Amino acid sequence: MQRTVLLVVSLGLAAAMGSALAAPVNYKTPDEVAAFKPGPGLEVVKGNCSACHSADYIKTQPPMKDRKGFWQAEVTKMIKVYGAPIDDADIGKIVDYLAATY
Amino acid sequence: MFDRRDLLKGAGLTALAATLNATRALALDTVTLPFANGERPLVKYPQKRPMIGLTSRPPQLETPFAVFNDGPITPNNAFFVRYHLSDLPYDLDPDKFTLEVKGKVDKPLKLSLKDIRKMKATEIVAVAQCSGNSRGFFEPRVAGGQLANGAMGCARWRGVPLKAVLEMAGVQSGAKQVTFNGMDGPVSDKTPDFVKALDVDHANDGEVMLAYGMNGEDLPFLNGFPLRLIVPGYYGTYWVKHLNEITVIDNVYDGFWMKSAYRIPDTPNNAVEPGTAPKATIPINRFTIRSFITSVPDGAKLKAGAVTLRGIAFDGGKGIREVQVSTNGGKSWVNAKLGKDLGKYAFREWKLPVKLAAGSHELKVRATGHGGETQPDTPRWNPAGYLRNVVETVRVTAA
Repeated sequence: MQRTVLLVVSLGLAAAMGSALAAPVNYKTPDEVAAFKPGPGLEVVKGNCSACHSADYIKTQPPMKDRKGFWQAEVTKMIKVYGAPIDDADIGKIVDYLAATY
Repeated sequence: MFDRRDLLKGAGLTALAATLNATRALALDTVTLPFANGERPLVKYPQKRPMIGLTSRPPQLETPFAVFNDGPITPNNAFFVRYHLSDLPYDLDPDKFTLEVKGKVDKPLKLSLKDIRKMKATEIVAVAQCSGNSRGFFEPRVAGGQLANGAMGCARWRGVPLKAVLEMAGVQSGAKQVTFNGMDGPVSDKTPDFVKALDVDHANDGEVMLAYGMNGEDLPFLNGFPLRLIVPGYYGTYWVKHLNEITVIDNVYDGFWMKSAYRIPDTPNNAVEPGTAPKATIPINRFTIRSFITSVPDGAKLKAGAVTLRGIAFDGGKGIREVQVSTNGGKSWVNAKLGKDLGKYAFREWKLPVKLAAGSHELKVRATGHGGETQPDTPRWNPAGYLRNVVETVRVTAA
């Protein structure tokens, strides 16, 4: 009985393999669950940061003594090094949100 | 219950696993890494067992440390994942995949996966380790991926020597470096694409490999399917995933990921005074030597009496000469017995039977390589959080 079941399973797999091997990978990552914490300026942060990376990039950074200096440097790096298209008017809002929230 | 992917594995159809759709997002549990702000979700990705989730886009997954006690080969489904840029080739078609070899070569090549698999294959057991492995332990803390010790792994890689492919293409005289680009890229065209470079002599050393196989299976998607660069003894930043473009150049590559990122202080020990900036830097290169106790976690409670300690050691390619263990906080050291030698780039297992009297004990482990280099008692510091290799300490209580 068990042998019959196994045979059916392997036949099914063989059939699946014939078509699947030629197909693209179609890798699916789990849904993104990390979210930005609520705080003043949240919408500006979402609008500017989320295009390139998930919120856990921010959430997992270490607690620093000089939070404002740390986040100012990170935002500057995103603009200067990684080319983030952030309006000058938004920079201060983003740094304030990050320093106050993380 | 049958797990669908386990079934496939059993049937020897692992290539197919890459085509399967994901399990749904599962908040399995959380783990807390032993540094401030160290709480992480355990996450489940296709082809992976539950892993420590660092970031989700792009995906970065750390290996739960207990895995390293299971043997010197890290299973594919437990192997760490590190990306920089979020545009991954999730829909890549292995039948249409081509590796391009171009630049200062006599005969530019376009090789399919089939072409590469037809070439004479070689294998090497080698450790891949993220440059920022253990960054979370830096004091003062530094920006970047906050990893504990799980951004490393050792696998048996199968593929073709890069040298063989470069010979087919015919490297022209005057060539200085070879650059490597993968199919993953930035979301914005303003962000520098992830491209790495090796000197021509290094690229031609016969050990640097284009790998399609990992521990007897195809590479898992998140570890670079269908082809990645293997640079034995060198930090993972050079092990370009989804590799599809090799360019021979007659200058020193000055792209962001070589010229500005992944740099270490140009000082003895590549360290600077904690909290300071180096005057000059060089590209990160070989691993520092490291060793770990894997059989008991920090804070463990053990039965007093005889216990066998186990662990692993590795270095940048000289190979491990000896591993010493202390059960009294470093006052005295005893040589451990080394396990099977899987090659100079592999994890080397060690074990040592010890007796622990009732009370608390500081266990330490220290490796020495064939070149004589060993691990420092106090951590070396650099602003990017690279190269950590301090003597590790595990505190246990016996009763």
